[in-house]
Amino acid sequence: MKQLTYDMIKGTSFGYWTLLGIFGVLIAAGLGSAYYMETNGHYVTGMNNQIVWGMPHVFAVFLIVAASGALNVASIGSVFGKTMYKPLARLSALLAIALLVGGLAILVLDLGRPDRLIISMTIYNFKSIFAWNMILYSGFIAVVGIYIWTMMQHNLKKYNRAAGMGAFIWRLTLTTGTGSIFGFLVARSAYDAAIMAPMFIIMSFSFGLAIFLIYLIATYHLTGRPLGDVIVNRLRKLLGIFVISVLYFVLVYHLTNLYLAEHSGIERFILLDGGIYTKVFWIDQIIIGSLIPLLIFYVPVFYKSRLMLSFGALLVVFGGLAQLYVIIIGGQAYPLQIFPGMEVSSSFGDGQTGNYTATPAEILLGIGGVGIALAAATFAIKILPFLPQSLANEVVDPHSTPTT
Amino acid sequence: MSISRRKFMQAGAAAVTGAAIAPGIHLVELAQARSPEEAASTAKRWGLLIDSEKCTAGCSFCVDACHTEHNITSNNRPETDAQWIRKVTAKDPDTGYTHYLPVMCQHCEKPPCVDVCPTGASFKRADGIVLVDKHICIGCRYCMMACPYKARSFIHEEITNQKSYVPRGKGTVESCTLCVHKIDRGDNNTACAEACTEFGNDAILFGDLSDLKTEIAKRRKTEPSRQLRSDLNLNTGVRYQGL
Ligand code: SF4
Ligand code: SF4
Repeated sequence: MKQLTYDMIKGTSFGYWTLLGIFGVLIAAGLGSAYYMETNGHYVTGMNNQIVWGMPHVFAVFLIVAASGALNVASIGSVFGKTMYKPLARLSALLAIALLVGGLAILVLDLGRPDRLIISMTIYNFKSIFAWNMILYSGFIAVVGIYIWTMMQHNLKKYNRAAGMGAFIWRLTLTTGTGSIFGFLVARSAYDAAIMAPMFIIMSFSFGLAIFLIYLIATYHLTGRPLGDVIVNRLRKLLGIFVISVLYFVLVYHLTNLYLAEHSGIERFILLDGGIYTKVFWIDQIIIGSLIPLLIFYVPVFYKSRLMLSFGALLVVFGGLAQLYVIIIGGQAYPLQIFPGMEVSSSFGDGQTGNYTATPAEILLGIGGVGIALAAATFAIKILPFLPQSLANEVVDPHSTPTT
Repeated sequence: MSISRRKFMQAGAAAVTGAAIAPGIHLVELAQARSPEEAASTAKRWGLLIDSEKCTAGCSFCVDACHTEHNITSNNRPETDAQWIRKVTAKDPDTGYTHYLPVMCQHCEKPPCVDVCPTGASFKRADGIVLVDKHICIGCRYCMMACPYKARSFIHEEITNQKSYVPRGKGTVESCTLCVHKIDRGDNNTACAEACTEFGNDAILFGDLSDLKTEIAKRRKTEPSRQLRSDLNLNTGVRYQGL
């Protein structure tokens, strides 16, 4: 077996700096958008008093959910002892932190008063799941940081397994916490479902692995490091299973809701006559974001091409954003049922489907968060040894005969 | 969570040293409006009883009075303009019978907005009034997601000409205060209820629910009334009749 060695990427090429430059532009655009929204007030966005959380929240929740999922690869290696995943653990942990930071940045920049961030970090209402999440998020960064440290420092190796276990438990709690943000909103028909938290966990598996796979293929390609089929195929199959699992949870969610008479309204809205939300659900989330990727992951002519495979993973990311769009924005657009069974109207939009169109500023803020995550990860692999020099088949698994 | 008057004062005092929502407007003035001996006490629970049978189509006296009292102005952007109180028309699709009724913050005894607020900016006073401390609110809008009655507004743009007794500010969330400034100075009524009576409809009755001698408590005891979304068990301070 070849020795597994990690090192930094050189990061001196024109391409490297161009890439960082592009991420920098994304970040600048995001910050600019936040400044624009903040100085004018949120009326310049598509958000309003009915749709209070918009596109920034779709991106933020996506990144936060994907963050805990990105750690999954490391967990499979350290917690479940699958040696093949071990070489990927460092990158997995790094991406987890980077994605989380990107997501949190969006959340903070979208606040009505981002200047009061210090208040949210010092005054807690412990009844609020939001407050708990802030603790969970900062704790996650610390726990995963320690985990990375035990992987990189030779004399700390003995703590590696414990740290990995800690990080694994923490990430499950974190995703449950994120899912519970919606689970606590019992007054809104779309969120009044116990399945919300487990569904978020399985979503995190899928989104996190999709990003991991893209990032892995891209960096190994760009730095000219060997990346064998053995590992790529493992990850591909795993991602396929996750995508199917998410579909299964979505199915169960809607079936249970259909079964409950009081939720038939919201179900009709999402599945049948919700206009944009129905379209986003069926076309973007289900077809483009789930079925087409599955086709790519399971049909050899497609998945044999790394480019195609990455594209499939990218579609999973797109489908994830669509799913959160339906959950977050569709869930708010459906009117609150204050007078069940009545035809309701008012000057404040009672009884009406909420209007929302994301403005460029909101989308740029979201993409800015993605930029932060990518820039952080891409810079970190230059200064610390995150990447194995080679992930060729014989390094990853000496007994393997390349399979497809 | 309910906050004691003392804590509220402390929060106000801390805030006043640092930030003011707008020049010259400090939260502490709100707290001091009540005489110091007279703390907001758990002995009282303020509320409203709204008779939708007396509320008429087209009338918006309560809404106008509230918005004048607190200087809630429109920027002609109905989706982002603040509305502390609104007139809702609810029609029974089978019979065609139409109810008219004002809806505002229901001053829940178990307010979801307070439960979810990460910073504790949303709080319930000892006397049952649910408020937002504008100095601590970070504008996350989680409370708006949680409120079952759509009672809250996010301030989407700069606010001018504020009233000294209503601290408000861009980027924070607000809702009906049950005219806390009037209660604390002893008016014993809200702007909406006063206006409705003045107009002759008398559809809104304000009072102390816990004092059995008050008209509101008596009527709640002897006449049928209900809370909106009673399935959520929030024990709202605002109740409705005729629905
Ligand atoms: S009506 Fe809404 S804003 Fe008012 S106390 Fe209840 S949850 Fe809070
Ligand atoms: S918007 Fe303000 S009052 Fe509402 S939950 Fe957030 S911090 Fe609390």
